[in-house]
Amino acid sequence: MTLELRHVAKSVAGNVHIHETNLTLEEGTFNVLLGTTLSGKTTLMQLMAGLDKPSSGEIWFRGQNVTGIAVQKRNVSMVYQQFINYPHLTVYENIASPLRVIGVEDAKIKERVGKVAELLRLAPMLQRKPAELSGGQQQRTAIARALVKDSDIILLDEPLANLDYKLREELRDELPRLFADRHCIVAYATTEPIEALLFGGNTATLHEGRVTQFGPTAAIYRQPNDLTSAQVFSDPPINTAPVTKANGRIQLDDGTNWPTPASVANAPDGQYMLAIRAHHITPFPQNGGTVMVEGRVLVAELSGSESVLHFDRGGRTWISQSHGVHPYEVGGTAKLYVDVGRSFLFGPDGQLVGGHA
Amino acid sequence: MAKITLDQLRHSYMPNPQRPDDWALKEMSQELRDGGAYALLGPSGCGKTTLLNLISGLLRPSHGRILFDGKDITEATPEQRNIAQVFQFPVIYDTMTVYDNLAFPLRNRGVPAAEVDKRVREVGAMLDLGHMLNKRASGLTADGKQKISLGRGLVRSDVNVIMFDEPLTVIDPHLKWILRSKLKELHHRIKRTMIYVTHDQTEALTFADQVVVMNNGEVVQVGTPIELFERPAHTFVGHFIGSPGMNVLPCSLDGGRVGFLGQPVDTTGSVSLANGSGKFELGVRPEFTHFESSGIPVEIVKAADVGRFRIVETRHGEHRIRLLVPEGQAMPSGTAHVRFDPKHTHVYRDGWLVN
Repeated sequence: MTLELRHVAKSVAGNVHIHETNLTLEEGTFNVLLGTTLSGKTTLMQLMAGLDKPSSGEIWFRGQNVTGIAVQKRNVSMVYQQFINYPHLTVYENIASPLRVIGVEDAKIKERVGKVAELLRLAPMLQRKPAELSGGQQQRTAIARALVKDSDIILLDEPLANLDYKLREELRDELPRLFADRHCIVAYATTEPIEALLFGGNTATLHEGRVTQFGPTAAIYRQPNDLTSAQVFSDPPINTAPVTKANGRIQLDDGTNWPTPASVANAPDGQYMLAIRAHHITPFPQNGGTVMVEGRVLVAELSGSESVLHFDRGGRTWISQSHGVHPYEVGGTAKLYVDVGRSFLFGPDGQLVGGHA
Repeated sequence: MAKITLDQLRHSYMPNPQRPDDWALKEMSQELRDGGAYALLGPSGCGKTTLLNLISGLLRPSHGRILFDGKDITEATPEQRNIAQVFQFPVIYDTMTVYDNLAFPLRNRGVPAAEVDKRVREVGAMLDLGHMLNKRASGLTADGKQKISLGRGLVRSDVNVIMFDEPLTVIDPHLKWILRSKLKELHHRIKRTMIYVTHDQTEALTFADQVVVMNNGEVVQVGTPIELFERPAHTFVGHFIGSPGMNVLPCSLDGGRVGFLGQPVDTTGSVSLANGSGKFELGVRPEFTHFESSGIPVEIVKAADVGRFRIVETRHGEHRIRLLVPEGQAMPSGTAHVRFDPKHTHVYRDGWLVN
């Protein structure tokens, strides 16, 4: 029971929107499509839904080729970034609408709408019109409509992007619960790595129309198979610098060096790209494997709970993110500690050689 | 540049406001220091945009006065107030070059060409737009366009205040880091009074020296990011700032001794609560809640691994207590005990911080 994209590609007027993609989503799983704006998330979802046809390749669902079958004939629900509700209908009728279309009887509708409204805390406002609701309630109505029928596939395209920060936090907490005891396949598009981490499940990292990696979320976060996937899955941006591996040591361009970690011991000597996440560079030594670097402070952001320091190291901007309050003078020199045991090493082709897991 | 004084300011969109809820902005007085970086932070409908529009002159207040450097400008038009504004969506002319877009606010005011050229090149360089000044704006990416918008806000040297209304909302996360640090760097360099309106705590806390937190048309706290984090003046501030927000729990008072459902709890300072009436609550942030071998018994409901730490949700009866466990640190499963850091455990009466 799977949704399979087999060699699916999409071009529009000679521009490639999706490069050849093979992807299998299993029943009962929550799958995050993570990537920047225009990385291909929405196109991929439209292909999954049948709202759009691939230029080549096939889409299989439950062992059947559904490539040419229109969205109306597939049991798919979709939620968009812009809240889409029928303005003239009450919240109740908005949620009920997909059931009315397929001719479900009134008593059954009442039961299903009541249940999903309870789940999404919309029960007290069922008789209101969408315009009388807050943004969060309007989006919950749209989500309720997607959940009310037993869809095989539910696609959510950045559904929280237009909501206030705190509301987003609440719904991020609720969403996985809503799908917990369903058998549908969920795909959720977002630009934010934190959402992928919070939802767990599986993540596909997307970059310029390519799925760069797909697998269990935590595994991809801790073991990205190439630099692009690591970059897509890092917020703040992951820090990088060219390094040389020689004589059992890894060396930065300024001469700073440390023993080669076991995970890359077998790689040949030569040039590599070091990548390390911002929270593994801190104003104090963290673990055994820390190395001190110096940099010129560009910006210091103190949010009360954490300190974020942007500094120049060897001509590249690096970011350090740490708990607590660590003030720095802008323009001054900062000493920072790199937990090299949690760094990644990528080869000249961008592929992971070894590191953090 | 100017110091801005808001004097007993309040506003209602209704002709005859009666109840407290009729006021979109409840009475407030506040001084914004010349050259300061301020943020107005709160959820949709909290009154922050109303306040912004009162300062810019798009709205006239129902009551109170606004002064720039001590001069009453309450009746002045937006043009007379000499303000620059940057909006959520880039406001630029697609058919013009980057240069002409940046020059527009200056040329519009008859600034001599030589001065225009100097300012445009300066601002262009600050925003890393120097190499694309002759490009058409239409060909730029979303963040490139928003940079031009920021540049247009920054290009005039004679403005009293620069106001940013959710300027990064439509920008991707990794670009937000870059634009945000750019903005912070620019403030550091040009030291103009800036007001940044947002619902996003990260943007507010990292940009501003002073954050004005608003809820239901009311200013609930004005403080530095550290003050808002460590000593929230209201449970709303504790909830709204921090991810996840502060744990707010019922609080019992037994002969002045603070407790949580029969468990004694140590709090900061000497809170005199003997004569207290009203609803009492405890507030302690997830950052200051720890697993210990003894303390408040809890059941662990879930743990979300977000890389840097795990956000752990526990329950004591019907009460949810959340805590953060740093990466690499072991944590229990099933049932456990938690303790609150006394230095960071606060008591609230009817929502407001006691002491």
